[in-house]
Amino acid sequence: MAAPRSDRSPWNWLLLIPIAIPLIPALFNAVEPRLFGIPLFYWLQLAFILLGVATTTLVYRMTRSGR
Amino acid sequence: MNTEIVIFAVLFLLVSGMGFVAARWRRADDLASLHEWGLGGRSFGSWITWFLVGGDLYTAYTFVAVPALLFSAGATGFFAVPYTVVVYPLVFLVMIRLWSVSHVHGLVTPADFVRARFGSPTLALLVAITGIVATMPYIALQLVGIEAVLKTMGVKGDLPLIIAFAILAAYTYQSGLRAPALIAFVKDILIYVVILVAVIYIPSRLGGWEAIFGKAQAKFDATPAPGDGTLLNANNQLQYVTLALGSALALFLYPHSVTGVLASKSRDVIKRNMSALPAYSLLLGLIALLGYMAIAAGVKPIGTDVNTVVPQLFDTMFPDWFAGVAFAAVGIGALVPAAIMSIAAANLFTRNIYREYIRPDATDAQEASVSKITSLVVKVGAVLFILLIDPQFSIDLQLIGGVIILQTLPSVALGLFGRWFHRAGLIAGWIAGMGSGLLMLYNIANPANKHAHFGGSAFPLEKLGLDTKMTIYAGFLALAVNLVVAVLGTFLARAFKMAEGQDATRPEDYVADRGDPRVHDLEVAGSS
Repeated sequence: MAAPRSDRSPWNWLLLIPIAIPLIPALFNAVEPRLFGIPLFYWLQLAFILLGVATTTLVYRMTRSGR
Repeated sequence: MNTEIVIFAVLFLLVSGMGFVAARWRRADDLASLHEWGLGGRSFGSWITWFLVGGDLYTAYTFVAVPALLFSAGATGFFAVPYTVVVYPLVFLVMIRLWSVSHVHGLVTPADFVRARFGSPTLALLVAITGIVATMPYIALQLVGIEAVLKTMGVKGDLPLIIAFAILAAYTYQSGLRAPALIAFVKDILIYVVILVAVIYIPSRLGGWEAIFGKAQAKFDATPAPGDGTLLNANNQLQYVTLALGSALALFLYPHSVTGVLASKSRDVIKRNMSALPAYSLLLGLIALLGYMAIAAGVKPIGTDVNTVVPQLFDTMFPDWFAGVAFAAVGIGALVPAAIMSIAAANLFTRNIYREYIRPDATDAQEASVSKITSLVVKVGAVLFILLIDPQFSIDLQLIGGVIILQTLPSVALGLFGRWFHRAGLIAGWIAGMGSGLLMLYNIANPANKHAHFGGSAFPLEKLGLDTKMTIYAGFLALAVNLVVAVLGTFLARAFKMAEGQDATRPEDYVADRGDPRVHDLEVAGSS
């Protein structure tokens, strides 16, 4: 019998980044700089999706079972 | 007959045919148990789970209503994007624990878990009723999506809507969760194609993104409403953030989200999906911008129904045949979540009301047949909602649904991490959160559509005597009340030495994974 399994891992703390960043309007509530004519407010919040994907993927890879 | 209607009808019928065939797909020995009918045998891998949960969370209503919000109010409607970004990291560690404990104890619904964890049938009943009440208007809203499309195609009367739902009801009855899982493939391919074409083609015809945002800002500048605009202002930022966070906390408390997650075959499938599902958020963000394209294109909603702006935009911009494909995407998009939601509501009724209070000795086959019949009843109820009551009322109810489902968070989500709360405290918290949430919603007026009550979810803090024009999401404040009362109630219950319910789960149950001998234990009576 191996050591008791656990969900605890220091990698999990990374998950706080994509939770906190998209909830700070001061970071994105502006028009300039635009991207392809799209105001910052819209393109940066869409870019946060990539931040979320990158973080959850990293945490998943580092904590998946059978490693 | 015009081209739009023909294409729409052909695609719709094709997909309905798939729904009936689904019963044979990944065939089980027999569909006569809830694990098979209601959870698809709990065997879905990464891809199917992605399509199923994606089709379940990003509903037709979202695709129609979010752009409608941007069309009428501007930046505040974009909350859907941060909402669907923060939700996955937020529930990443929560849902895997729910999957494990459910598979060890054969749990089907969130209320089953509460029953097992806190040993309180009363608390489980409250969670089940909350789930059913919150889900009903959600199903009704899927019909609003279909209705908006039918209106734009010029289809009159209620009959087409009834037929569409009758078909849905028939194949859900026949195939259970397998039907929406299979249909979700087609729906998603259609939606992705339509939206990618829309966000490339429409801006090019409207003079580019800069022109689109310029026209949107000009429209909002011209209105007297203080809260609209293409950016947030000082008074609605708190509302924006709390609505995004509150909605994210609520999403995976909905019984239909839980159903999708429990149907997957392992913890890794769930984790992988939490990192792949945001692909839909990108789609949703692009769809949201259709609201501004509609402004720039000078689209006018049919009557006062803002939900028709996206179908109207497609109608003006696309050739008829492609508009037909787009409408089919929205229509079929409504069927997937409606099917999953009715299955989830039916599971709740069967497990936590029928088996708990009406027939404690029900067999697996009886449970499955009660669930199938309940799913029909739920859908008939949803159709009646739309036909008999003003659709605006469903939208109000859906708003209430989000606030009330959030009140199950302390029992369900926090319960997965510990058992500090006393069941009496949780019940008291639920009552307080529910009461304060409804009271706040009742006191929110909406001058735009002349509703004195239930006019939105943005609660003005000045009503609490604070000297500010800021607003906050009512559900968030109600959850805070709930938690405070639950904590105080727990201290009181312990002080008076009230009996603790029995905890049927063990700490190792929450980390069990596929391949673990106990995980195959699908004995339905395992939760008592």
